Amino acid sequence: MSLVVLPIIIPILGAGATLVVSRSVRLQRSVGFLVLLATLGASIALLVEVEANGIATIDLGGWPAPIGITLVADLAATMFLVISMAVILLVHVYSIGQRCDLDGPAIFHPVYLVLAAGVGMSFLTGDFFNLFVAFEVMLLASYVLITLGAGRERVRAGMTYVVINLLASTMLLAAVGLVYGATGTVNMADLVTKFEALPESSRIGFGVLLLAVFAIKSAIFPFFFWLPDSYPTAPISVTAVFAGLLTKVGIYTMIRTTTILDLDEVQPLLLAAAGVTMVIGVIGAVAQADIKRILSFHIISQVGYMLMGLAIYTVAGLAGAVLYVVHQIPVKTALFLVGGLVEETTGTAALHRLGGLIRRAPVIAALFAIPALGVAGLPPFSGFLAKLSVVQAGLAAEEYAVVAASLFASLLTLFSMSKIWVGVFWGEPDEPTPVLADPDGGTLRPPRLMVWATVGMCALTLIVPVFGMQVYDLSERAAVQLLDRAGYAEAVLP
Amino acid sequence: MSLLLATLVAWLFTMGTYLLLQRTLTRIVLGLGLLSHGAVLLLQTVGGRAGDPAIVDSDGGVDGIAAPLPQALALTAIVISFGATSFLLAMAYRSWLGTSDDQVQDDLEDRRIAAEVADLEGHYDRDRVDEFDPEVPT
Repeated sequence: MSLVVLPIIIPILGAGATLVVSRSVRLQRSVGFLVLLATLGASIALLVEVEANGIATIDLGGWPAPIGITLVADLAATMFLVISMAVILLVHVYSIGQRCDLDGPAIFHPVYLVLAAGVGMSFLTGDFFNLFVAFEVMLLASYVLITLGAGRERVRAGMTYVVINLLASTMLLAAVGLVYGATGTVNMADLVTKFEALPESSRIGFGVLLLAVFAIKSAIFPFFFWLPDSYPTAPISVTAVFAGLLTKVGIYTMIRTTTILDLDEVQPLLLAAAGVTMVIGVIGAVAQADIKRILSFHIISQVGYMLMGLAIYTVAGLAGAVLYVVHQIPVKTALFLVGGLVEETTGTAALHRLGGLIRRAPVIAALFAIPALGVAGLPPFSGFLAKLSVVQAGLAAEEYAVVAASLFASLLTLFSMSKIWVGVFWGEPDEPTPVLADPDGGTLRPPRLMVWATVGMCALTLIVPVFGMQVYDLSERAAVQLLDRAGYAEAVLP
Repeated sequence: MSLLLATLVAWLFTMGTYLLLQRTLTRIVLGLGLLSHGAVLLLQTVGGRAGDPAIVDSDGGVDGIAAPLPQALALTAIVISFGATSFLLAMAYRSWLGTSDDQVQDDLEDRRIAAEVADLEGHYDRDRVDEFDPEVPT
């Protein structure tokens, strides 16, 4: 059997298995963990194979490429797949430590595994309709997770999330229908040649329609408003995995659409959107006074950098975008996990009720520092290399305005990270929570499993700086492969 | 016939968008339902002339048949939108149970920050921010 199907089929079967054992939470936890471990292993094996032998494909059901459903694994897709599955695995451990599977009926583990399958399928799909199905699998799972327990506040915030995503999915379906009407195919590799036969205006029209849909999913200006409203209310491990993955899946599909349709005409539009997204997101973050909300606005700001790499649309730019996604998935998740540790030990995430945690919980402070410096882009942490490669690509392409915007946004990122640091770890709280008000309280100890999962996630963020050259080389090869549209079509079609 | 179907698709999208912009949850659910009907009908319309069957003739001729792929896609899309709509209805019911109100609720934290900004600009005095009522649209 081809390796390409494994990252999708293992978690789907695992979801069924966890439903079967739903009477015992303990059994569900171990099955879920083993399934995700196997998925990560299969993804790594796939990356090794794709790295050595080039693009891997499989025609499901034996139907040849443009007719049947094709799964395609190229370098960019498998790199994102491996880092995503690693993050999903670590957050699973964290969620066990947080006991959020004890909340309500025993559906957390099955739904979480379906989410993993949806993410894997979105990365590996080779046609636009199957991409719609993959999004639906991923999103239906996320609807359940974001409203887990169905309290009043979660239903309120979840409503915005569900409605906006259903609208985007319907638009995607309509766009796929129009593309089929114009070309007679939904297969991405087939579309490479079919689109060349179309007039330029309709190619750009379809491209912009698809990009708008994916911009809603990746929270790009002006479609970002739903994200900071809905993410902060979910259980923290759910927010963490959403923050790390869902918007990046959106960015991946934007990269894929742009390269398949060769949309270099919309580059100025994407550049402007990237610049505004970075600045608006970070300004939104500066205005907030709650850890989860600050971090939610940072998701938006950071997505801008990936879009900037894509909008520059050179090998260096795309390599920067790929590297940025690989750096950002674990860093963003790690920040939310640390936010969850703070909330778990003190009972709040509001800055004015927190303070002095560097004395009460030095471990949390150390764990916050690594991803915070990483997201701000200080050398030698992971954001530095990613930001440097995007900015250098921008300078080489002489796009000075967006480079200036990105540097300005970096500065404000550092500022808002120090706002969290000062508010949570230094000083005294204005209105302390009961735990912090106790004058002779000792060191605060969050659940051990949560701490270890966070340590693992922080270690994962250090992969980019430690293996900097190798990761950048791989990203560059992925970018060359993305831009080689003829090679992609040749690998997929018989 | 295709023109009629295209007009119908446009009409469904228009009505769906209008309903989606309402503040009442049931209307939003209905609006999303209409939108997905519009998208499914669009898939059908691109499949070829209305009335043609999606099967090959008994003698194997392929003239005058509709493309079968859009019909398969439409079927998948119908199943998905059915599931999503049921979930949305369940959420709307939950929301009604929690608040005995069918309106979309405001984001409290967002309203609080907006009130603080208004406060800085001198439109509010400090005491009113604490008793700020999110139910009243500002």
